[in-house]
Amino acid sequence: MEKYKILIVDDDPDFLEQVKIMLSSEQFEFVFAHSQKEAEELLTNIKPDLAILDVIMEQDDSGFVLAYKIKKKYPDVPVIILTSLGKETRFEFEPDDNIEKKWIKADKYLEKGIRPDQIQREVFKLLKI
Amino acid sequence: MKLKVLVVDDELGIREGIARILQNYKITYPFIDDIFEFDIIKAENGQKALDIIENEKLDLILLDNKLPDIDGIEILTELNKMDYDASVMMITAYASIELAVKATEQGAYNFLPKPFTPQELKSAIESLTKYLYLKRMTKSLSSAGKELRFRFLSVLSHELKAPLNAIEGYLRIMKDRQVGNDISNYEQMIDRCIERIKGMRTLILDLLDLTRIESGEKDRNLSIRDLVQLAQLSIDTIMPLAIQKNIKIRLNAPNELMFKCSETEMLSIFNNLLSNAVKYNKDDGEVYFTLLEFPDKIMIEVEDTGIGMTKDEQKMLFKEFTRIKNDKTRTIPGSGLGLSIVKRIVDLYHGKIQIESEPDKGTKFTITLPKSVNV
Repeated sequence: MEKYKILIVDDDPDFLEQVKIMLSSEQFEFVFAHSQKEAEELLTNIKPDLAILDVIMEQDDSGFVLAYKIKKKYPDVPVIILTSLGKETRFEFEPDDNIEKKWIKADKYLEKGIRPDQIQREVFKLLKI
Repeated sequence: MKLKVLVVDDELGIREGIARILQNYKITYPFIDDIFEFDIIKAENGQKALDIIENEKLDLILLDNKLPDIDGIEILTELNKMDYDASVMMITAYASIELAVKATEQGAYNFLPKPFTPQELKSAIESLTKYLYLKRMTKSLSSAGKELRFRFLSVLSHELKAPLNAIEGYLRIMKDRQVGNDISNYEQMIDRCIERIKGMRTLILDLLDLTRIESGEKDRNLSIRDLVQLAQLSIDTIMPLAIQKNIKIRLNAPNELMFKCSETEMLSIFNNLLSNAVKYNKDDGEVYFTLLEFPDKIMIEVEDTGIGMTKDEQKMLFKEFTRIKNDKTRTIPGSGLGLSIVKRIVDLYHGKIQIESEPDKGTKFTITLPKSVNV
Protein backbone atom coordinates (compact mmCIF):
# COMPACT_ATOMS: atom_id res chain seq x y z
CA MET A 1 0.00 0.00 0.00
CA GLU A 2 1.24 3.43 -0.96
CA LYS A 3 1.68 5.62 2.11
CA TYR A 4 0.46 9.17 2.37
CA LYS A 5 3.38 11.59 2.58
CA ILE A 6 2.78 14.27 5.19
CA LEU A 7 5.03 17.31 5.33
CA ILE A 8 5.25 18.95 8.75
CA VAL A 9 7.01 22.30 9.07
CA ASP A 10 7.72 23.77 12.49
CA ASP A 11 10.79 25.34 14.04
CA ASP A 12 10.16 23.52 17.30
CA PRO A 13 11.55 19.95 17.03
CA ASP A 14 9.34 18.80 19.91
CA PHE A 15 6.31 19.86 18.00
CA LEU A 16 7.33 17.86 14.93
CA GLU A 17 7.67 14.85 17.19
CA GLN A 18 4.28 15.43 18.75
CA VAL A 19 2.40 15.72 15.47
CA LYS A 20 4.07 12.53 14.36
CA ILE A 21 2.91 10.75 17.52
CA MET A 22 -0.59 12.20 17.29
CA LEU A 23 -0.97 11.06 13.70
CA SER A 24 0.92 7.82 14.04
CA SER A 25 -0.56 5.39 11.59
CA GLU A 26 0.58 2.74 9.14
CA GLN A 27 -0.92 4.86 6.40
CA PHE A 28 1.39 7.84 6.85
CA GLU A 29 4.99 8.64 6.32
CA PHE A 30 6.38 11.94 7.56
CA VAL A 31 8.74 14.50 6.12
CA PHE A 32 10.01 17.17 8.49
CA ALA A 33 11.26 20.68 7.85
CA HIS A 34 12.40 23.09 10.55
CA SER A 35 11.99 26.30 8.61
CA GLN A 36 10.27 27.88 5.67
CA LYS A 37 13.53 27.76 3.76
CA GLU A 38 14.10 24.07 4.44
CA ALA A 39 10.51 23.31 3.44
CA GLU A 40 10.87 25.19 0.17
CA GLU A 41 13.99 23.22 -0.64
CA LEU A 42 12.20 19.95 0.11
CA LEU A 43 9.26 20.97 -2.03
CA THR A 44 11.40 21.28 -5.14
CA ASN A 45 11.91 17.51 -4.99
CA ILE A 46 8.87 16.10 -3.32
CA LYS A 47 5.17 16.57 -3.55
CA PRO A 48 3.52 15.80 -0.23
CA ASP A 49 -0.04 14.52 0.02
CA LEU A 50 -0.72 17.00 2.79
CA ALA A 51 1.19 19.76 4.58
CA ILE A 52 0.94 20.93 8.18
CA LEU A 53 2.55 24.31 8.82
CA ASP A 54 3.43 26.45 11.79
CA VAL A 55 3.25 30.21 11.21
CA ILE A 56 6.01 31.90 13.18
CA MET A 57 9.36 30.55 12.03
CA GLU A 58 12.16 32.65 10.48
CA GLN A 59 9.65 35.41 9.97
CA ASP A 60 6.44 36.21 11.81
CA ASP A 61 4.46 35.15 8.76
CA SER A 62 6.61 32.32 7.35
CA GLY A 63 3.76 29.81 7.50
CA PHE A 64 1.38 32.04 5.59
CA VAL A 65 3.98 32.64 2.89
CA LEU A 66 4.76 28.96 2.70
CA ALA A 67 1.08 28.04 2.42
CA TYR A 68 0.80 30.48 -0.43
CA LYS A 69 3.79 28.98 -2.20
CA ILE A 70 2.62 25.40 -1.74
CA LYS A 71 -0.78 26.22 -3.16
CA LYS A 72 0.79 27.97 -6.10
CA LYS A 73 2.98 25.00 -6.91
CA TYR A 74 0.61 22.18 -5.97
CA PRO A 75 -2.95 23.56 -5.90
CA ASP A 76 -4.35 20.14 -5.02
CA VAL A 77 -2.23 19.56 -1.89
CA PRO A 78 -4.27 20.25 1.24
CA VAL A 79 -2.61 22.61 3.71
CA ILE A 80 -3.29 22.80 7.43
CA ILE A 81 -1.99 25.72 9.42
CA LEU A 82 -1.37 24.59 12.97
CA THR A 83 -0.09 27.34 15.19
CA SER A 84 -0.34 29.10 18.52
CA LEU A 85 -0.58 32.44 16.77
CA GLY A 86 -4.07 33.08 18.06
CA LYS A 87 -3.10 32.59 21.65
CA GLU A 88 -0.09 34.81 21.24
CA THR A 89 -1.59 37.70 19.34
CA ARG A 90 -5.19 37.44 20.49
CA PHE A 91 -5.88 37.48 16.80
CA GLU A 92 -8.57 35.09 15.71
CA PHE A 93 -8.14 33.70 12.25
CA GLU A 94 -11.03 31.95 10.63
CA PRO A 95 -10.17 30.87 7.10
CA ASP A 96 -13.69 29.57 6.61
CA ASP A 97 -14.60 33.20 6.27
CA ASN A 98 -14.54 34.37 2.65
CA ILE A 99 -12.33 37.39 3.18
CA GLU A 100 -9.79 35.39 5.10
CA LYS A 101 -9.91 32.55 2.62
CA LYS A 102 -8.58 34.97 0.09
CA TRP A 103 -5.70 35.77 2.34
CA ILE A 104 -4.80 32.59 4.14
CA LYS A 105 -4.08 29.88 1.64
CA ALA A 106 -4.95 27.01 3.88
CA ASP A 107 -7.71 24.46 3.89
CA LYS A 108 -7.84 24.38 7.63
CA TYR A 109 -6.60 26.59 10.40
CA LEU A 110 -6.04 24.95 13.78
CA GLU A 111 -4.68 26.23 17.06
CA LYS A 112 -1.97 24.33 18.91
CA GLY A 113 -3.25 22.52 21.96
CA ILE A 114 -5.60 20.58 19.71
CA ARG A 115 -6.56 17.05 20.76
CA PRO A 116 -5.04 14.15 18.81
CA ASP A 117 -8.43 12.88 17.64
CA GLN A 118 -9.30 16.33 16.27
CA ILE A 119 -6.18 16.61 14.19
CA GLN A 120 -6.55 13.01 13.00
CA ARG A 121 -10.10 13.77 11.91
CA GLU A 122 -9.03 16.86 9.96
CA VAL A 123 -6.20 15.03 8.25
CA PHE A 124 -8.42 12.09 7.25
CA LYS A 125 -11.07 14.49 6.01
CA LEU A 126 -8.63 16.44 3.83
CA LEU A 127 -7.04 13.26 2.46
CA LYS A 128 -10.55 11.93 1.83
CA ILE A 129 -9.88 8.66 3.66
CA MET B 1 -7.51 46.73 -4.81
CA LYS B 2 -7.90 50.50 -4.74
CA LEU B 3 -7.70 52.00 -1.30
CA LYS B 4 -9.29 55.36 -0.63
CA VAL B 5 -6.88 57.59 1.24
CA LEU B 6 -7.86 60.85 2.88
CA VAL B 7 -4.99 63.27 3.41
CA VAL B 8 -5.81 65.94 5.98
CA ASP B 9 -3.24 68.72 6.24
CA ASP B 10 -3.49 72.49 6.07
CA GLU B 11 -0.23 72.76 4.17
CA LEU B 12 -0.85 72.59 0.44
CA GLY B 13 2.68 71.35 -0.18
CA ILE B 14 2.24 68.34 2.08
CA ARG B 15 -1.16 67.42 0.60
CA GLU B 16 0.07 67.63 -2.96
CA GLY B 17 3.35 65.96 -2.15
CA ILE B 18 1.67 62.96 -0.57
CA ALA B 19 -0.81 62.73 -3.44
CA ARG B 20 1.99 62.78 -5.97
CA ILE B 21 4.02 60.11 -4.19
CA LEU B 22 1.09 57.76 -3.67
CA GLN B 23 -0.51 58.25 -7.09
CA ASN B 24 1.58 55.66 -8.85
CA TYR B 25 2.62 53.68 -5.81
CA LYS B 26 1.68 50.00 -5.78
CA ILE B 27 2.16 47.62 -2.88
CA THR B 28 2.25 43.86 -3.04
CA TYR B 29 2.75 41.39 -0.22
CA PRO B 30 4.15 37.92 -0.79
CA PHE B 31 1.05 36.20 0.55
CA ILE B 32 -1.74 38.42 -0.73
CA ASP B 33 -2.89 38.19 -4.32
CA ASP B 34 -4.10 41.76 -4.39
CA ILE B 35 -2.08 44.70 -5.57
CA PHE B 36 -2.82 47.76 -3.47
CA GLU B 37 -3.15 51.13 -5.15
CA PHE B 38 -4.29 54.45 -3.80
CA ASP B 39 -6.99 56.98 -4.58
CA ILE B 40 -6.25 60.25 -2.87
CA ILE B 41 -8.81 62.64 -1.44
CA LYS B 42 -7.54 65.85 0.13
CA ALA B 43 -8.85 68.07 2.91
CA GLU B 44 -7.26 71.26 4.19
CA ASN B 45 -9.14 71.52 7.47
CA GLY B 46 -10.89 69.41 10.07
CA GLN B 47 -14.46 70.28 9.14
CA LYS B 48 -13.92 69.34 5.52
CA ALA B 49 -12.24 66.14 6.63
CA LEU B 50 -15.25 65.20 8.78
CA ASP B 51 -17.61 65.83 5.85
CA ILE B 52 -15.58 63.55 3.62
CA ILE B 53 -15.34 60.92 6.35
CA GLU B 54 -19.12 60.96 6.59
CA ASN B 55 -19.77 60.64 2.87
CA GLU B 56 -16.99 58.45 1.60
CA LYS B 57 -15.99 54.95 2.53
CA LEU B 58 -12.37 55.59 3.35
CA ASP B 59 -9.68 53.00 3.94
CA LEU B 60 -6.74 55.05 5.16
CA ILE B 61 -6.58 58.45 6.79
CA LEU B 62 -3.38 60.47 7.06
CA LEU B 63 -4.08 63.08 9.67
CA ASP B 64 -2.13 66.17 10.61
CA ASN B 65 -2.68 66.97 14.26
CA LYS B 66 -2.42 70.72 14.00
CA LEU B 67 -5.28 71.92 11.83
CA PRO B 68 -6.67 75.46 11.71
CA ASP B 69 -10.11 74.54 13.11
CA ILE B 70 -10.18 71.16 14.86
CA ASP B 71 -7.30 69.17 16.36
CA GLY B 72 -6.48 65.92 14.62
CA ILE B 73 -6.98 64.11 17.88
CA GLU B 74 -10.62 65.27 17.96
CA ILE B 75 -11.16 63.82 14.52
CA LEU B 76 -9.76 60.56 15.88
CA THR B 77 -12.28 60.70 18.71
CA GLU B 78 -15.08 61.24 16.19
CA LEU B 79 -13.89 58.28 14.12
CA ASN B 80 -13.93 56.17 17.24
CA LYS B 81 -17.48 57.19 18.12
CA MET B 82 -18.58 56.23 14.63
CA ASP B 83 -16.69 52.93 14.86
CA TYR B 84 -15.23 53.89 11.50
CA ASP B 85 -13.46 51.12 9.59
CA ALA B 86 -10.32 52.89 8.43
CA SER B 87 -6.73 52.96 9.63
CA VAL B 88 -5.27 56.23 10.75
CA MET B 89 -1.73 57.50 10.71
CA MET B 90 -0.85 60.84 12.30
CA ILE B 91 1.46 63.17 10.39
CA THR B 92 2.88 65.75 12.69
CA ALA B 93 5.84 68.04 13.12
CA TYR B 94 5.99 67.95 16.88
CA ALA B 95 4.85 64.70 18.36
CA SER B 96 4.99 65.02 22.09
CA ILE B 97 4.85 61.85 24.15
CA GLU B 98 1.45 62.91 25.50
CA LEU B 99 0.08 63.36 22.02
CA ALA B 100 1.52 60.05 20.88
CA VAL B 101 -0.01 58.22 23.84
CA LYS B 102 -3.35 59.94 23.39
CA ALA B 103 -3.47 59.27 19.67
CA THR B 104 -2.49 55.65 20.13
CA GLU B 105 -5.18 55.23 22.75
CA GLN B 106 -7.65 56.66 20.28
CA GLY B 107 -6.62 54.06 17.76
CA ALA B 108 -4.05 55.79 15.56
CA TYR B 109 -1.77 53.17 14.09
CA ASN B 110 1.45 55.16 13.91
CA PHE B 111 3.17 58.50 13.45
CA LEU B 112 4.94 59.95 10.49
CA PRO B 113 7.07 62.88 11.66
CA LYS B 114 7.40 65.89 9.37
CA PRO B 115 9.47 66.41 7.32
CA PHE B 116 9.61 62.99 5.70
CA THR B 117 11.17 61.60 2.55
CA PRO B 118 9.11 59.85 -0.15
CA GLN B 119 10.68 56.58 0.97
CA GLU B 120 9.65 57.14 4.59
CA LEU B 121 6.11 57.88 3.48
CA LYS B 122 6.03 54.78 1.31
CA SER B 123 7.23 52.43 4.00
CA ALA B 124 4.82 53.96 6.53
CA ILE B 125 1.99 53.45 4.03
CA GLU B 126 3.12 49.90 3.43
CA SER B 127 2.85 48.96 7.08
CA LEU B 128 -0.39 50.92 7.48
CA THR B 129 -1.91 49.03 4.56
CA LYS B 130 -0.80 45.69 5.96
CA TYR B 131 -2.31 46.65 9.28
CA LEU B 132 -5.60 47.63 7.65
CA TYR B 133 -5.75 44.35 5.82
CA LEU B 134 -4.96 42.29 8.89
CA LYS B 135 -7.45 44.27 10.92
CA ARG B 136 -10.22 43.75 8.41
CA MET B 137 -9.31 40.15 8.08
CA THR B 138 -9.93 39.33 11.67
CA LYS B 139 -13.46 38.80 12.64
CA SER B 140 -12.99 39.55 16.26
CA LEU B 141 -11.96 43.08 15.50
CA SER B 142 -14.69 43.96 13.06
CA SER B 143 -17.63 42.02 14.40
CA ALA B 144 -17.23 42.18 18.12
CA GLY B 145 -15.86 45.70 17.77
CA LYS B 146 -13.78 45.07 20.81
CA GLU B 147 -10.71 47.08 21.58
CA LEU B 148 -8.52 44.35 20.25
CA ARG B 149 -5.51 46.09 18.93
CA PHE B 150 -3.17 44.22 16.71
CA ARG B 151 0.19 44.36 18.31
CA PHE B 152 3.14 43.15 16.45
CA LEU B 153 4.23 39.82 17.71
CA SER B 154 6.25 40.17 20.75
CA VAL B 155 9.17 37.85 20.35
CA LEU B 156 9.36 37.60 24.06
CA SER B 157 5.93 36.13 24.42
CA HIS B 158 6.67 33.72 21.62
CA GLU B 159 9.90 32.53 23.23
CA LEU B 160 8.24 32.13 26.59
CA LYS B 161 5.25 30.29 25.24
CA ALA B 162 7.06 27.94 22.91
CA PRO B 163 8.31 25.69 25.75
CA LEU B 164 4.87 25.76 27.39
CA ASN B 165 3.28 24.61 24.16
CA ALA B 166 5.82 21.83 23.76
CA ILE B 167 5.32 20.59 27.33
CA GLU B 168 1.56 20.85 27.02
CA GLY B 169 1.71 18.81 23.84
CA TYR B 170 3.62 15.98 25.51
CA LEU B 171 1.32 16.02 28.52
CA ARG B 172 -1.71 15.66 26.29
CA ILE B 173 -0.12 12.73 24.51
CA MET B 174 0.55 11.13 27.90
CA LYS B 175 -2.92 11.88 29.17
CA ASP B 176 -4.43 10.14 26.16
CA ARG B 177 -1.98 7.21 26.58
CA GLN B 178 -1.15 7.67 22.89
CA VAL B 179 1.71 5.21 22.96
CA GLY B 180 0.32 2.68 25.39
CA ASN B 181 0.09 2.21 29.13
CA ASP B 182 3.74 1.50 29.79
CA ILE B 183 5.44 4.50 31.40
CA SER B 184 8.76 3.57 29.82
CA ASN B 185 7.34 4.40 26.40
CA TYR B 186 7.08 7.97 27.60
CA GLU B 187 10.62 8.24 28.95
CA GLN B 188 11.88 10.35 26.08
CA MET B 189 8.92 12.73 26.23
CA ILE B 190 9.45 13.26 29.94
CA ASP B 191 13.12 14.01 29.29
CA ARG B 192 12.17 16.53 26.63
CA CYS B 193 9.72 18.20 29.03
CA ILE B 194 12.44 18.52 31.65
CA GLU B 195 14.80 19.88 29.00
CA ARG B 196 12.28 22.50 27.90
CA ILE B 197 11.59 23.53 31.49
CA LYS B 198 15.35 23.96 31.97
CA GLY B 199 15.51 26.11 28.87
CA MET B 200 12.66 28.23 30.10
CA ARG B 201 14.33 28.70 33.46
CA THR B 202 17.53 29.89 31.75
CA LEU B 203 15.49 32.27 29.66
CA ILE B 204 13.81 33.74 32.70
CA LEU B 205 17.11 34.12 34.56
CA ASP B 206 18.71 35.76 31.52
CA LEU B 207 15.76 38.08 31.18
CA LEU B 208 16.12 39.09 34.81
CA ASP B 209 19.81 39.75 34.19
CA LEU B 210 19.00 41.87 31.21
CA THR B 211 16.37 43.93 33.01
CA ARG B 212 18.69 44.38 35.95
CA ILE B 213 21.35 45.81 33.64
CA GLU B 214 18.76 47.97 31.91
CA SER B 215 17.18 49.31 35.05
CA GLY B 216 20.18 51.46 35.81
CA GLU B 217 23.42 51.56 37.60
CA LYS B 218 22.33 52.40 41.12
CA ASP B 219 22.61 48.89 42.47
CA ARG B 220 25.97 48.18 40.93
CA ASN B 221 28.57 47.11 43.40
CA LEU B 222 31.94 48.22 42.02
CA SER B 223 35.22 47.28 43.61
CA ILE B 224 38.77 46.33 42.63
CA ARG B 225 38.74 42.63 41.82
CA ASP B 226 41.24 40.14 40.50
CA LEU B 227 39.93 39.12 37.09
CA VAL B 228 42.16 36.05 37.03
CA GLN B 229 40.39 34.66 40.08
CA LEU B 230 37.01 35.45 38.56
CA ALA B 231 38.09 33.76 35.33
CA GLN B 232 39.04 30.64 37.28
CA LEU B 233 35.66 30.70 39.01
CA SER B 234 33.92 30.93 35.66
CA ILE B 235 35.95 28.05 34.23
CA ASP B 236 34.87 25.95 37.21
CA THR B 237 31.25 26.78 36.45
CA ILE B 238 31.49 25.81 32.79
CA MET B 239 33.73 22.75 33.34
CA PRO B 240 30.90 20.16 33.64
CA LEU B 241 29.58 21.26 30.24
CA ALA B 242 33.08 21.10 28.74
CA ILE B 243 33.77 17.62 30.13
CA GLN B 244 30.67 16.27 28.40
CA LYS B 245 32.14 17.24 25.02
CA ASN B 246 35.73 16.58 26.01
CA ILE B 247 36.69 20.20 25.43
CA LYS B 248 39.83 21.69 26.99
CA ILE B 249 39.65 25.22 28.36
CA ARG B 250 43.09 26.87 28.39
CA LEU B 251 43.49 29.98 30.48
CA ASN B 252 46.29 32.30 29.52
CA ALA B 253 46.57 35.17 32.02
CA PRO B 254 49.02 37.06 34.22
CA ASN B 255 49.32 36.07 37.88
CA GLU B 256 46.80 38.66 38.78
CA LEU B 257 44.87 41.37 36.99
CA MET B 258 43.25 43.93 39.26
CA PHE B 259 40.35 45.81 37.70
CA LYS B 260 37.57 48.02 39.05
CA CYS B 261 34.34 46.26 38.19
CA SER B 262 31.25 44.53 39.46
CA GLU B 263 31.95 40.89 40.18
CA THR B 264 28.53 39.73 38.95
CA GLU B 265 28.90 41.60 35.70
CA MET B 266 32.37 40.20 34.99
CA LEU B 267 31.23 36.68 35.80
CA SER B 268 28.26 37.18 33.52
CA ILE B 269 30.57 38.14 30.64
CA PHE B 270 32.93 35.23 31.31
CA ASN B 271 30.19 32.64 31.79
CA ASN B 272 28.30 33.67 28.68
CA LEU B 273 31.35 33.73 26.43
CA LEU B 274 32.77 30.50 27.81
CA SER B 275 29.51 28.61 27.65
CA ASN B 276 29.04 29.73 24.03
CA ALA B 277 32.58 28.67 23.22
CA VAL B 278 31.80 25.23 24.62
CA LYS B 279 28.26 24.86 23.26
CA TYR B 280 29.17 25.89 19.73
CA ASN B 281 32.40 23.92 19.74
CA LYS B 282 33.11 20.53 18.25
CA ASP B 283 33.67 17.49 20.41
CA ASP B 284 37.31 17.24 21.57
CA GLY B 285 37.74 20.93 20.73
CA GLU B 286 39.57 23.64 22.62
CA VAL B 287 38.76 27.00 24.16
CA TYR B 288 41.47 29.63 24.57
CA PHE B 289 40.61 32.07 27.33
CA THR B 290 43.05 34.98 27.46
CA LEU B 291 43.28 37.98 29.81
CA LEU B 292 45.65 40.79 28.90
CA GLU B 293 46.58 43.97 30.74
CA PHE B 294 47.72 47.20 29.12
CA PRO B 295 48.47 50.57 30.79
CA ASP B 296 45.10 52.03 29.81
CA LYS B 297 42.90 49.01 29.20
CA ILE B 298 42.33 45.32 29.68
CA MET B 299 41.42 42.73 27.09
CA ILE B 300 39.40 39.55 27.38
CA GLU B 301 39.63 37.03 24.56
CA VAL B 302 37.65 33.84 24.19
CA GLU B 303 38.44 31.76 21.15
CA ASP B 304 36.97 28.41 20.20
CA THR B 305 37.58 25.74 17.59
CA GLY B 306 33.90 25.34 16.85
CA ILE B 307 31.37 25.68 14.09
CA GLY B 308 31.95 29.40 13.45
CA MET B 309 29.63 31.82 11.73
CA THR B 310 29.14 33.39 8.34
CA LYS B 311 29.36 37.17 7.96
CA ASP B 312 25.58 37.42 7.78
CA GLU B 313 25.16 35.40 10.95
CA GLN B 314 27.67 37.62 12.76
CA LYS B 315 25.58 40.69 12.00
CA MET B 316 22.60 39.29 13.88
CA LEU B 317 24.55 38.23 16.94
CA PHE B 318 23.74 40.90 19.45
CA LYS B 319 20.04 41.16 18.76
CA GLU B 320 17.84 39.89 21.56
CA PHE B 321 16.50 36.38 21.09
CA THR B 322 18.56 35.91 17.99
CA ARG B 323 19.89 32.45 17.81
CA ILE B 324 21.69 31.42 14.71
CA LYS B 325 19.42 28.75 13.35
CA ASN B 326 20.87 26.13 11.10
CA ASP B 327 21.36 22.39 11.04
CA LYS B 328 24.40 22.61 13.27
CA THR B 329 22.82 24.71 16.01
CA ARG B 330 19.31 23.30 16.14
CA THR B 331 19.93 20.98 19.02
CA ILE B 332 22.01 23.44 21.07
CA PRO B 333 19.94 24.93 23.88
CA GLY B 334 20.04 28.64 24.66
CA SER B 335 17.89 31.64 25.45
CA GLY B 336 19.19 33.88 22.70
CA LEU B 337 19.97 36.52 25.30
CA GLY B 338 23.55 35.70 26.33
CA LEU B 339 25.36 37.99 23.94
CA SER B 340 22.82 40.79 24.40
CA ILE B 341 23.69 40.66 28.08
CA VAL B 342 27.43 40.69 27.36
CA LYS B 343 27.03 43.61 24.96
CA ARG B 344 25.12 45.67 27.49
CA ILE B 345 27.61 45.06 30.24
CA VAL B 346 30.48 46.01 27.91
CA ASP B 347 28.58 49.22 27.11
CA LEU B 348 28.34 50.02 30.81
CA TYR B 349 32.15 49.96 30.93
CA HIS B 350 32.43 52.04 27.75
CA GLY B 351 34.23 49.10 26.21
CA LYS B 352 33.96 47.42 22.87
CA ILE B 353 33.46 43.92 21.61
CA GLN B 354 34.81 42.43 18.40
CA ILE B 355 34.17 39.15 16.64
CA GLU B 356 36.29 37.21 14.23
CA SER B 357 34.74 34.05 12.91
CA GLU B 358 34.95 31.61 10.10
CA PRO B 359 32.50 28.78 9.45
CA ASP B 360 33.86 25.41 10.60
CA LYS B 361 37.04 27.03 11.95
CA GLY B 362 35.88 28.80 15.07
CA THR B 363 35.01 32.11 16.63
CA LYS B 364 36.99 34.62 18.64
CA PHE B 365 35.42 37.27 20.83
CA THR B 366 37.62 40.12 21.97
CA ILE B 367 36.42 42.51 24.63
CA THR B 368 38.35 45.67 25.43
CA LEU B 369 37.51 47.59 28.58
CA PRO B 370 39.23 50.92 29.37
CA LYS B 371 40.74 51.42 32.81
CA SER B 372 40.04 54.41 35.03
CA VAL B 373 36.85 55.55 33.42
CA ASN B 374 33.88 56.31 35.60
CA VAL B 375 31.93 53.15 35.08
